[in-house]
Amino acid sequence: MATPNSPLWEVFIRSRNGLAHKHVGSLHAADVTLALQAARDIYTRRGEGLSIWVVPSSAITASDPSEKGMMFEPAESKIYRHPTFYDVPDEVGHM
Amino acid sequence: MYTQALNTSDGDDRVVEDAARSAQFQARIDSDERIEPNDWMPAAYRKTLTRQISQHAHSEIVGMLPEGNWITRAPSLRRKAALLAKVQDECGHGLYLYAAAETLGSSREELVDAMLAGKSRYSSIFNYPTLTWADIGAIGWLVDGAAIMNQIPLCRCSYGPYARAMIRVCKEESFHQRQGFEIMLTLARGTPEQKAMAQNALDRWWWPVLMMFGPPDQASQHSDTSTKWKIKRFSNDELRQKFIDATVPQAQFLGLTIPDPGMTQDADGHWRYSEIDWTEFKQVLAGNGPCNRDRLAARRKAHDDGAWVREAAAAYAEKRANRSVAQAAE
Amino acid sequence: MTAASITVSETPLVLYVLRRADDALILGHRLSEWCGHAPAMEEDMALANMGLDLIGQARELYSYAAKVEAKGNDEDKFAYLRDVRQYRNLLLVEQPNGDFARTMTRQFFYAVFADLYWRAMMMSRDTTLAAIAAKAEKEFAYHVRHSSEWMIRLGDGTDESHRRAQTAVDDLWAFTGEMFAVDDAERGLIDAGIAVDPASLRPRWLKTISTVLGEATLTMPQNDWMQKGGRTGHHTEHLGHLLSELQSLQRTFPGAGW
Repeated sequence: MATPNSPLWEVFIRSRNGLAHKHVGSLHAADVTLALQAARDIYTRRGEGLSIWVVPSSAITASDPSEKGMMFEPAESKIYRHPTFYDVPDEVGHM
Repeated sequence: MYTQALNTSDGDDRVVEDAARSAQFQARIDSDERIEPNDWMPAAYRKTLTRQISQHAHSEIVGMLPEGNWITRAPSLRRKAALLAKVQDECGHGLYLYAAAETLGSSREELVDAMLAGKSRYSSIFNYPTLTWADIGAIGWLVDGAAIMNQIPLCRCSYGPYARAMIRVCKEESFHQRQGFEIMLTLARGTPEQKAMAQNALDRWWWPVLMMFGPPDQASQHSDTSTKWKIKRFSNDELRQKFIDATVPQAQFLGLTIPDPGMTQDADGHWRYSEIDWTEFKQVLAGNGPCNRDRLAARRKAHDDGAWVREAAAAYAEKRANRSVAQAAE
Repeated sequence: MTAASITVSETPLVLYVLRRADDALILGHRLSEWCGHAPAMEEDMALANMGLDLIGQARELYSYAAKVEAKGNDEDKFAYLRDVRQYRNLLLVEQPNGDFARTMTRQFFYAVFADLYWRAMMMSRDTTLAAIAAKAEKEFAYHVRHSSEWMIRLGDGTDESHRRAQTAVDDLWAFTGEMFAVDDAERGLIDAGIAVDPASLRPRWLKTISTVLGEATLTMPQNDWMQKGGRTGHHTEHLGHLLSELQSLQRTFPGAGW
């Protein structure tokens, strides 16, 4: 009898020194509890993690790579969104 | 290394795909851009990579067996823990690689089924038996050493998920080779019987390890596209030579003799090795190595024996989901 | 020529620590037997992790026993050069792996106890044992979680998994009593605040077992006749085979270093 395919989950880990969860890979597990446990067993054996997110792969929607131009280039010319665009005199101190 | 049997052309690379897209794709590769899962890619690129990554994954999983053979007999608690951790790492590597292969569209189940059915290969080296504790040292020192030679360039391969998996693997691999070498050193400096055990292991593993790098360059038909697409960054012979040049001094340090009486050093310091017996290699690839049948049988057994467990987990997940729906409806 | 067994000066504290060390080593060894053969690759990782936790605990405990005994023994002499009748582990942990249900049930029964035990031992007046306890407790908390989740899935999964889980529970039940037994050797240590009275842990152990088995739709056995003997070296036939394998190299090559 063929075993039913178990669902695929994507794993995100926030490390000890990290600020954001980073995608580290994927795994198969029948449900969310087993997925979290498996993520801990597979992806945090070297003290990498302080926090784990598991997400069903089917829940992730990715931007279409062929639309990179439309999606991301317009932001590149709006440099006024970056702090380095603005000149603040040094005497003002850190801003 | 993980495509040692890629000798047959399946015709895909002769399919004429959209010339403009193919040119654009090649331009991305040439400028060292990474290809990611949802990017357009030639069918042959997808197929070759799926085969290479999955065979690499199968190798890690099957590779657990020859070393796993000695966990219960590891001769000290420190060695026992190190070996169990190493074999566990190999399992982890298999998992990272299956995850990378799945981004190309095949499911892990189909890939594993192909291996269990004997249709998809794994590295020839794991078809050899571990007869003594010294074999565990030899595997760590030589087999992992050879794998590292191959894996470091793969960290820069064109396909993003594979490259990232390789970076993770390489970080973990460093202790594997050191563990093996340390075992060999302990044995080489031990009792006369231990030293003989170490030499015997080197005698048996040396040539199969050299074969890991695949057939000589002039006999290999598929390197061209793999090189063009930056999946393969060095030729078989180049990597094999690099490995030998790095390993011979290590053997000398151990006070052990490489089982190649005809080996000589040339003017540039490279070690010229004797002719490899490619008949043995072909036989092992064809399924006639010492352990091919046993390895497959062991993996099939684990898979079959575990079916009821996987079914139970799936059944429970379904029951739980139904209960949540029923509760929500109340 | 084979290496002969060592002799051990089993003063109360040495004996006490060796008992816990042997529990950890034998159970860790059993889990390591699954390596490469688990029902799923993810589970291979989990079993190896638990095995490594246990082997790590064994090493710390053996080292401490060697220090207290002060007769020149070490972790490897204890592990590799004591015979079956010198081993002091619970009968439960030497039981063969059997199928996955049997392995998980054994883990579940033992881990729920060990988690309670080591948490209590964090208050031990022996600072080394208290430190070992702090680490072990976290490890066992995870073993409890992992094995409980599997008990539930196996019990409340398919008919086959339910049958296998119930068989495992029924077969292993008689080995659970030994975890809570106390003998004279330990009395003194308990009174001195060094050891925990395991009998006091039984009610909470029973509560957790009962809750999880209930959720797993499994029946808790009612028989209260309990097997014992492990603590005094009277083992089941299984331990001899296990030690033959574990000790083979050291026995075959006397005096060699590894």
